[in-house]
This record gives sequence, C-alpha cells and structure tokens, in this order.
Amino acid sequence: MERYWLVAAAFCYLLSFGHTLFALGSGTFRPARFNLLTMALGFAFSSAFLYQRGQIVGACPITNLFEVLVFLSWATVLIYLLVGPTYRLSLMGAFTSPLVLTLLLFALLAPIDAASKRISHNPWVEFHAAVSIIAYGAFGLAAIAGVMYLVQERQLKARRLSELLLNLPPITELGRVNFRLIVTGFLLLTLAFTAGMLAGIDVRGWKTAASLFIWALYGTLLILARLRLVSAGRIVVASVAVFLFALITLPSVSQLPK
Amino acid sequence: MNILCAGINHHIAPVNVRERLAVATHELTDVLRRVRAIDGLTEAVVVSTCNRVEFYAASICPERALHGIRTYLSDRAGIDAPLYHHDTPRSVRHLFRVASGLDSMVLGETEILGQVKQAYASAADAGATARTLNKLFQRAFRVAKAVRSDTQITRGATSVGAVAVELAGKIFGDLANRRVMVLGAGDTSERTARSLVSRGVKTVIVSNRTFDRAAALAGEIGGMAIHFDHWQNEFPDVDILVSSTAAPHPVVTRAQLEPMMRHRAGRPLFIIDLAVPRDVEPTVNAIDGVYLYDIDSLQDIARRSLAVRQREIDHCERIIDTHVADFVRWMRHHHPTPAPASVLTPALPT
Repeated sequence: MERYWLVAAAFCYLLSFGHTLFALGSGTFRPARFNLLTMALGFAFSSAFLYQRGQIVGACPITNLFEVLVFLSWATVLIYLLVGPTYRLSLMGAFTSPLVLTLLLFALLAPIDAASKRISHNPWVEFHAAVSIIAYGAFGLAAIAGVMYLVQERQLKARRLSELLLNLPPITELGRVNFRLIVTGFLLLTLAFTAGMLAGIDVRGWKTAASLFIWALYGTLLILARLRLVSAGRIVVASVAVFLFALITLPSVSQLPK
Repeated sequence: MNILCAGINHHIAPVNVRERLAVATHELTDVLRRVRAIDGLTEAVVVSTCNRVEFYAASICPERALHGIRTYLSDRAGIDAPLYHHDTPRSVRHLFRVASGLDSMVLGETEILGQVKQAYASAADAGATARTLNKLFQRAFRVAKAVRSDTQITRGATSVGAVAVELAGKIFGDLANRRVMVLGAGDTSERTARSLVSRGVKTVIVSNRTFDRAAALAGEIGGMAIHFDHWQNEFPDVDILVSSTAAPHPVVTRAQLEPMMRHRAGRPLFIIDLAVPRDVEPTVNAIDGVYLYDIDSLQDIARRSLAVRQREIDHCERIIDTHVADFVRWMRHHHPTPAPASVLTPALPT
C-alpha cells in the first residue's frame, strides 16, 4: 500500500522534468519555483513511504535493494533541496528529476523488493548505512552538476547561445558546486565508515573493498582538484564516471553489514 | 475623456531635432506645470529619453490639447517639430508598445521600461497625474511585464558587445574580479570593453601599438595602459582577452597558449577576437578551458537573437491588443462622457 506514495513521488518528478523540457523547447523557460515545488512534493511523498516502510520493518528502511534505491533517490533530492536554492541553480531540479525518476521507476518495476533476513537493530550499523546512502546522494548531485557543466561547456565551445545555455548557471559556478558536493559526499562517507568501525562490522569482502575504492577515488579527485593538477572539466568528467561506477556497485555495497 | 499622445522619436526625427525637444530631469517639473496649464488638458506625463520625447495627456478636448502642446514645444525649442499624435485607443496602444520595448531602436530592450517608470514617478510626484493616467501607466507596466515574461522578446543579446558580456557572464558569473586585456584599441574592442566595464569589470589592461591611443582608452574606461611589447607578460593573469590588432598574422597561437593554460590553476580564458584577419589561431578553442569567439560567431549570435525577437513581435502585439481592449473598456465604464474612437486627424506613422 505504501508503494502508492512512491508512485505519487515519481509523478511529481516526471512533472518537474516534463515541464522543464516543454518550457525549454518552447523557449518560455524562466527560473521559477515550479521545479522546486514539484521536487519538494516528491520528496514529501518519498518521506511518507520511507516512514511507513520503517514502521513495517521496524528499522531504517534500507533492508533490500528496493529500499536502498528509494532511500538514495530521497537522499539525492534532500541534498538538492539543501543545495539547489542556495546556489540558485534553477535548472538543477530539471537535471535531478530524471535521475531520481529513473531510480524510483527501477525500484518500482524491478522485482527487487524481497524481504531481507539481515535487518540490523544496531543503531551504529543503521547510522553507517543511512549516512553512506546520503553520501551517495551528494555524489549523485555532484554528478548532476558535472553533467550540467559538460552540457554548458559543449554549448560554449560550439558557440551556440541556445535556450539551454541561457538558462544554465555559469560554468565556473557549476565547477564549484561539483567540487563542494564531492567534498560533502566524501565527508559523509568518511563519517559513515567511522560509524561502521565503531559498530565493529566485518571489513572483509567485496562490499568493503568496493566502498573503500569509491571513497579513495573521490578522495583522489579532491586532492587533484584542490592542488589544481587537472582542469575542472576533467574533474567533472571523473566525478560522473565514479558515480556511475558507484551505482553499478550499489547492489553489492547496499547489503547491510554483518 | 481621451488619452492623447504626442511626440517625436528616432523613427521620424534625427538626433539634432530630438535634442532640441529633450526635457532634462531638472526641467521636468516646470515643463509639467506648463503643459498642465494648457486648455482642456487635465493630466500629463512626459517621457524624455535619448530616442524619444513624448507627452501623454488626459484631455476632454484632445484637439485643443494637441494644439497647446505643439505651440508650447515650438516656443520652447524654437522649431516646428514633426510631432506624431494619437488619441484613444491608439495612444494607449502606443504607450504599451513603448513600455514593452517594441518601439525601441533595439527591439525588446528593457531599459525603456525603467525610463517610462521614472517619467511616470516624476509626474506623479509633481501632482500631474490622476486617475486616468495612473491607471494607464500602471497597466503599461503590467503589459511590459507580461510581454517580457510570456514571450522571447528580450531573449539573447543583439549587439557584439552585449553578446560578449552575456558569454562572459555564462563563463565567469560575476565579472567584478575578472581581469580584461584589450589588445588593439579599435572601435569595436572599445565598445566591448565598455560593455564589460558596465557589467562590473574593474581591471582593464589596454595595449596598443601606439601607446598614446592605449593610454587614452585606458583613461576613458578607468584601465591601465601597457606597451605593446609587454602584453605577453600580463597575459597569464587575464580572464578575458579582447583582441583587435591590425597584425597580418595571429598574435596568439595554440603553441603559446597551451603551456600558459597549464599555469592558470584551472581558470578559464575567454577570448574575443574582433580582428580581421584574425588575431587568434582558431585551434585554440580546442584547448581545455579556452573559449574563443571571433567577430563572425559573435555577430551570428546577435543576428539569431534578433531574429528570435522579431519572430516574437506578433505574439507581443496580441498580448498588447488584449490589454488595450481591456483598458478601453475600463475607460468607457469610468468615463462615460463622449469619447469618439478618434477625433484627431491621422498622425504620422510610428
């Protein structure tokens, strides 16, 4: 029954994406609150789902891949709501909505909502898992800022002053947002690892190796960016690639630790 | 009650005529007082910009009011200016078009709205407006807002300088802390540099083969002049290069720029090449973080923006038509005294 909340959330994200596409296509896009409102409404519906599911499983609702995907989409929108208006990235909602919509649709349509036997009631383990996924949300949004950067760069290099270029934020600002979101995600993931160590979770195996590898990749990106050893363009390309890798490894790293 | 509009603009009068009729800010109160003293005229607003001088008046007898305005203007300026004139509803429509930027020299420009607002505020402060013109101008501001937000009439930039500024904004955002170098002090580079300064650029370095010319331009725009032999020393710290030298060969090459870009700590470089033959090798656009625009690409963007604006004219006119009809209905309802559709003889086209 609680899945209806997700259908409503998916509808909101679809509305946000569709409205922006239509507005850009017809040349009437103006920075407005519509994206923010639809994204906030979708977030509220997702929150309602997570609350009800949490009541049912009696724990943080990240006990299987279905819940992890929903939680990840929720975390991505959470970071968007915290970051988007601050940086006035009016089109960020339009770029965020397809990602969260894809995550939700996959969660809803794929047969992955199986009851898990590994439900933890250790608060440190739950904290570790929840903060890890929120970190992934920040990395997801960094990748979205990265995609916006690449679109903007392509438009500028091609010397086209299109509707999209006119409405995207300045390219240097997108580079800064990408960097700050990677910093946010990296700090959250570090916090999650610390909580995992405090919980005494088993650090052997593929799950830990993949998580640490992703953490190390983002750490390397931050060092390269901070020391300005590579250009902002390459950092954003790398951040998009690392996030895609993180998504691929998500089914394995999303298993609750022993 | 009728609304009369009489004036001149850039369509019908050259600048030497417009400047004779122009009303300076400090003269406005006195001019309004004199215009309101005209027989049959109850309210007045004077819009005076570099491209137009227009009198809007509420009058129960527009013919007498028009005659009074003509006489006053010819006494004041010492010439019989070729005024155009409209009464309701054409005057209403004219103001809505003016406020929306449809009657401007640069189609869709938005500066005019601020100027009309200022003119109305000055008249209101001087007690020269009442119900009819208050309603008319407030409606004009709403129309301009609707036209701006519901159409693409203000889309893009329509001059080389404006396109350069828009692109610089899309690369850097805030331009205040950006360093601009002007290489070769030609007219277009000067206008472009001025546009960038007007958008907040504070540091401008000017280099020209003739140092005196560089110094003169630097003095005018608040920049710094350097000798042409030294421009490469300053170049690594520059964010925006505006180049228009008369050199027969490229002065900025890919081989020069690539090692330089490695030491810029990831800062992008925006190059505006206004020279013909071009000053910058086209292949530098392929360097990471370099955005090169030559005169053709800038003019092409400006042309496309203008074409988009021109395509929007019909849409704007439809919005304006709706508001004119609505306003005329309001007038009929609140001023039921006879107000023929048009009592004046045909005016000059605008």
